[in-house]
Amino acid sequence: MTLNEETKSAILKLQQKYPHKRSAIIPALHLAQGEKGYLCQKTQMEVAHLFDLELNEVHAIVAFYDMFFDQPIGKHHLRVCKNVSCMLNGSDKILDSLCKKLEIKPGGTTADGEFTVIAAECLGACDKAPMMLADRQVIGPLKEEDFDTLIETIKTWPGNPSPISNAEGLS
Amino acid sequence: MKEVRVLTAFIDHPNQCEIETYEKNGGYQAIRKVIPHLTPDKLIEQVAEAGLRGRGGAGFPTGKKWSFIPKNQNIASYLVCNADESEPGTFKDRLLMEKDPHQVIEGVILSSYAIKAKTAFIYCRGEYFASNAILRKAVVDAKKQGFLGKNVLGTDYSLEIIIHPGAGAYIAGEETAQLTSLEGYRATPKLKPPFPAIEGLYRKPTIINNVETLCNVVHIVNHGIKWYQKIGLPPKNSGTKIFQLSGHIQNPGCYELPLGTTLRAVLETGGGMMPGRTFKACYPGGSSCAVLTERDLDISMDYETLSQRKSMLGTASIIVMDNTADMVKVAHRLMEFYQDESCGKCTPCREGTRWVVQILERILHGKGTLFDLKTISQICNNMEMNSFCPLAAGAAPSVTSAIKEFESEFAAYINQNAQAGTLPMMKISYPYVT
Repeated sequence: MTLNEETKSAILKLQQKYPHKRSAIIPALHLAQGEKGYLCQKTQMEVAHLFDLELNEVHAIVAFYDMFFDQPIGKHHLRVCKNVSCMLNGSDKILDSLCKKLEIKPGGTTADGEFTVIAAECLGACDKAPMMLADRQVIGPLKEEDFDTLIETIKTWPGNPSPISNAEGLS
Repeated sequence: MKEVRVLTAFIDHPNQCEIETYEKNGGYQAIRKVIPHLTPDKLIEQVAEAGLRGRGGAGFPTGKKWSFIPKNQNIASYLVCNADESEPGTFKDRLLMEKDPHQVIEGVILSSYAIKAKTAFIYCRGEYFASNAILRKAVVDAKKQGFLGKNVLGTDYSLEIIIHPGAGAYIAGEETAQLTSLEGYRATPKLKPPFPAIEGLYRKPTIINNVETLCNVVHIVNHGIKWYQKIGLPPKNSGTKIFQLSGHIQNPGCYELPLGTTLRAVLETGGGMMPGRTFKACYPGGSSCAVLTERDLDISMDYETLSQRKSMLGTASIIVMDNTADMVKVAHRLMEFYQDESCGKCTPCREGTRWVVQILERILHGKGTLFDLKTISQICNNMEMNSFCPLAAGAAPSVTSAIKEFESEFAAYINQNAQAGTLPMMKISYPYVT
């Protein structure tokens, strides 16, 4: 499974935007992950080629940053904040019951591959504590009774969130 | 206390993200005043005289920072807007970027002009999906209007802004680590000196300013130095600060108040404590500082007073804890955060944070010993004195101050252990053994 042409040309276009093309590697990996869902070794290799880098240099970046995944992950990312402001407002219980509802552990993916729950550090929306970042959307304050509706709504979203789109890369 | 809304004046305006609305509300006037009528050096002088200090945590005078850019050298320089907001409890930059993005862009243009940068970056936190998209649209719109790109406002000054998404790393908020990340590497900090203003991005002179700092520049230009110095506690603490209240507080959120407002007044602006609860403690500037207690309620929230109190104004992100809060759990959760976010470059931070988490975990499980508190203080001292960058130096006080102010709570957990008086065995292990 190689990257599609659109993603590739968006990456090449991004490289030209920066004074040095290597600077485009993080947004490029976001684009690749946005298309593929996660960054398998083959995808990393492909990105490495586009940047004239060795695989290990790309892997070093993928392994370092929290938003990159080198193992398969659910289509929808549910990042539940566990840091202090959310913890003080009951995030431990929220995380626990969300995991129970989806029958997984924090970090796990549902059997149908739809959801991955991540116990995340502060996501910068402490006014909405306890909160989660569901794909691209901040949701909070979370209430257990809303989980059913939330899960159904999130299922209809495109998933594989990326902070940059191919179209934005190409513009 | 009533808010003094300068940066957040139009935050509630429904169409403020649209460039037309921003202009109608007085936007893009500051760049017209400055480019090309004011020389870059004059602009630096103005900002220095106004007394603007960095709003990202360190409080370094902005004009002074800009003046470190080497003069009369024909080499490229860069401006990087630090929008990698990841400090626990901090959410002011998200507000500014999502609700008034053109104010940020205008601030970036002014500051780039001051340091003669032709390329500016906004390093926006990856998890801020909305901010990334909104800023990108704002750049496109500003370019269409001639505020960006070749020949800004028809002058011979040109500027490109690149919105750069991060990918989830707290350490990328540290300025040298941010530059390393922007160059396409793991976000690891670099030794200073050379300071970024001399040798930064691609080894070229670079200025890194926080989002809120850059927004302040717009208003200093628009309203003048005298106006700016009427707000807050001049000369060292002029202007407003966006205080963020979270945790155990009635109405969590962002409140813009003059620097030097008392902690009590800030808390009251946020509706005070929840019914039937009393104030116990708070971290005044994000989690990387010493905790304040009831005795500090009348403290003036400014850079100097808080540093004299051995704490920090930081990002003015107040994490409030009331009488129901468990300080041992808070300390443990915070140190878990620092351990997770340590980049691993230097030993005191990489190992120290891990050890303290292990010890606190032991204490929480009723297996701690009294000697553990001494060990924590030794490790924290080591982290504060010997680590490479400010991450570990910020991690230490969050725990040591909690122990200092609420030792009895830690002791209560420890005394659940029948062998509390013995010497502990330090187990160094993955994963943590409790």
